[in-house]
Amino acid sequence: MDKHTSQHLMPYHTLALVLGTLLILTAVTVGVSYVDLGIFNVPIALTIAATKVSLVLLFFMHLKYEGKAIVVSFLGTIFFLAIMISFTFWDVAFR
Amino acid sequence: MDNSSDATGVRIGMWLFLYSEIILFGGLFVLYAVYFHNYAADFVEGGRQLDRVIGALNTIILLISSFTVAASITAVRRQQKRWAQGLLAFSCGCGALFLVNKYLEWGAKFHHDLYPNSATLVDGPPGQNIFFGLYYVITGLHALHVIIGMSLLAWSLIGVSNGKVNQLHFGRLENSGLYWHLVDLIWIFVFPLFYLVL
Repeated sequence: MDKHTSQHLMPYHTLALVLGTLLILTAVTVGVSYVDLGIFNVPIALTIAATKVSLVLLFFMHLKYEGKAIVVSFLGTIFFLAIMISFTFWDVAFR
Repeated sequence: MDNSSDATGVRIGMWLFLYSEIILFGGLFVLYAVYFHNYAADFVEGGRQLDRVIGALNTIILLISSFTVAASITAVRRQQKRWAQGLLAFSCGCGALFLVNKYLEWGAKFHHDLYPNSATLVDGPPGQNIFFGLYYVITGLHALHVIIGMSLLAWSLIGVSNGKVNQLHFGRLENSGLYWHLVDLIWIFVFPLFYLVL
């Protein structure tokens, strides 16, 4: 029992707060999409999406409270994903 | 048997699987990004034909269900069995509602002759054909994940009901929850990329 309690327990109010923030960010991203900002529309939408994803990862998936093994391997995955995306774009953009 | 390290190991295993899912959908998003780069105008035109309201509604449904799944873990660990069951049943309901919306949305697209190999898309501009091709592949694969996620949540609900998932052993629920959150994560990117491209 005490072994398990060492694992972080998310209180309801924290989870509700995260949900509230996620819903507000959704409203913002929908609202911004109606405004034509030229080339900035996509980066803004992706920044908001990245913020939402971070909140889900950190709190709903409790990545914030995980040990090194999961945190480092997760960041490693994101690193390789970034390589895949950026290298593809170097190829496509400067061909 | 050390319970603590065991529970961590169970989660690490799930995360390793989730990494492969991230790369799978990441690959599809790269495909989307490259074609968006090549056919920006067609993609914007395609995005205009998608229903922003249904997209936003489905985003809200998934976000709420992610919250209820996370809350059900707290409920199980606080031995509030009834709450945990209710929250999990509600989450499954959210998944079902998501799929109903998806069904209505796809149905409307089919009705407008916008489906793979339809005359409108084949004879139309290539960028739009690619946009809707990616739309069907990515949202279809995502919907498949919603169905799998709902099954896992239902399996966890059974576990909570018969006591196999309890305050000491909740790995099944936790991993099903992680999978469900991943489904939510993917949708968080799908929504702006397809529905909000202007």
